[in-house]
Amino acid sequence: MAEFLMPSLGTDMEAGTLVEWMVKPGDKVKRGDIMAIVETVKGVIEVEVFEDGVVTELLVPAGTEVPVGTLLAFIGEKMPAAAAAQAVAMPAGAPQMPAAPPPFSPPTGAAPPAPNGKRLRVSPVARRLAEELGIDLSQVQGTGPHGAVSRADVEAAAAAQAARQAAKPATAPPAAVPLPKPAEPAPTLPPPVETAPRGDVYAGMRRAIAAAMSRANRDIPHYYLETRIDMSRTLTWLEAENLKRPIKERILPAVLLLKAVAKALVAVPDLNGYWIDDQLRPQEAIHIGFAIALRQGGLVTPALHHVDLRSLDELMADLRDLITRTRAGRLRSSELTDATITLTNLGDLGVEKVYGVIYPPQVALVGFGKVVEQVWVEKGMLGIRPALTATLAGDHRATDGRVGGQFLEALNRSLQEPDQLASPA
Amino acid sequence: MFAPPVVTRNQIKETIFDLLSAIAPEADFARLDPNADMRQALDIDSFDFLNFLIGLDEAIGVEIPEADYGKLVSLNDLLDYLFVHNPPV
Repeated sequence: MAEFLMPSLGTDMEAGTLVEWMVKPGDKVKRGDIMAIVETVKGVIEVEVFEDGVVTELLVPAGTEVPVGTLLAFIGEKMPAAAAAQAVAMPAGAPQMPAAPPPFSPPTGAAPPAPNGKRLRVSPVARRLAEELGIDLSQVQGTGPHGAVSRADVEAAAAAQAARQAAKPATAPPAAVPLPKPAEPAPTLPPPVETAPRGDVYAGMRRAIAAAMSRANRDIPHYYLETRIDMSRTLTWLEAENLKRPIKERILPAVLLLKAVAKALVAVPDLNGYWIDDQLRPQEAIHIGFAIALRQGGLVTPALHHVDLRSLDELMADLRDLITRTRAGRLRSSELTDATITLTNLGDLGVEKVYGVIYPPQVALVGFGKVVEQVWVEKGMLGIRPALTATLAGDHRATDGRVGGQFLEALNRSLQEPDQLASPA
Repeated sequence: MFAPPVVTRNQIKETIFDLLSAIAPEADFARLDPNADMRQALDIDSFDFLNFLIGLDEAIGVEIPEADYGKLVSLNDLLDYLFVHNPPV
């Protein structure tokens, strides 16, 4: 039996509103299926499930705002017989819950969640301690003024949690989610909501960016490397390739840059991963967070998944889909939480170099500037080449300049062999 | 007898503004300098630009090759280009 919880989709997310269930009891779900639509101050997110199984029970009716970490549903291996009969009695294929809300059973075995819609009052010390101890603040009963959570409350909750865990050692670990532990969610930038007033959404996004970047600046000792890359071979190849294609199937240069970064990460895997608990944890899957600026301001860095394994056509389709959904405010929870590295491409703005701030808990950020014609010397011959500057921001706790240098060199090599970029991994 | 041009310059301009307003809804086209760098003025990135060209192809049947992107800086550049390349029907 697995639990489906209100996810944390950003460092400052405290609660979310369950807008709509996309499943009903009895539905079979596979890892990655959309379980529910959740609205936060930052946008509307499609929340995915991380297990295969059967939805046995929905615990929170649509329209309810609940704190992060609240139990929303149970996923079992199969329907219990009684519940199965009940599920069959429900109108088949009903996309939404029946008008009468389903029986609502409050989460058991934990303190009652904070009142709906209220901000949690937590002292800074308590918040930091909770983060260290992996305590979900929404589940802590505050005893301070106005129910504020104090340091003592967090310590008590930690003790209670330890006792509970000791009492049920058989709890299966969560499926292999490329996420850090729940107490330290990957900070994410939120998408916009078109229907919400711009001010609120923008302020929420600004706060999320502020939280993630302040943490990065406080915790990550950045080192920066840069190299100039001759783009003539890649761009010539791309122009010839696009000439063969109808306009709808043209590939953007950004796709080749994405692919080249993924290939370089295969060669230098230490830059693809997370810094968690004073340890570098390289990730096998290469999920590149792609910085997408929004017209109304702010940016989102949703992930393109398995970039190393995708063909250029697939990547172009992925990118098109991701940019379109980002700008429409319809991202999936995994896209906001599982990037293993970030790529920012400011070339469109005419910027020549970008020195980025790493997105914790990631350990590197790759920046591309504009392609400009530059004087270039190769094999003693002077020429003019379209060139761009690639930068790497690295987390010096996780890697040293030598690793960063190897990455930039591998990136450069990949961009000199566009045929290899196009060939399947 | 010559058939009159199927599409006038003003009609092309209207099509362009329709497509651009889908990309840059906040833009005020009345104030767009027809000789200014259009992508810069309207903050259009390469993804938006490609979508814009796909829309133009669908609307008036002109498929602009990548090699010509550099000729299309301002609104007037684009209008001239499309007027010349507009396929006679």
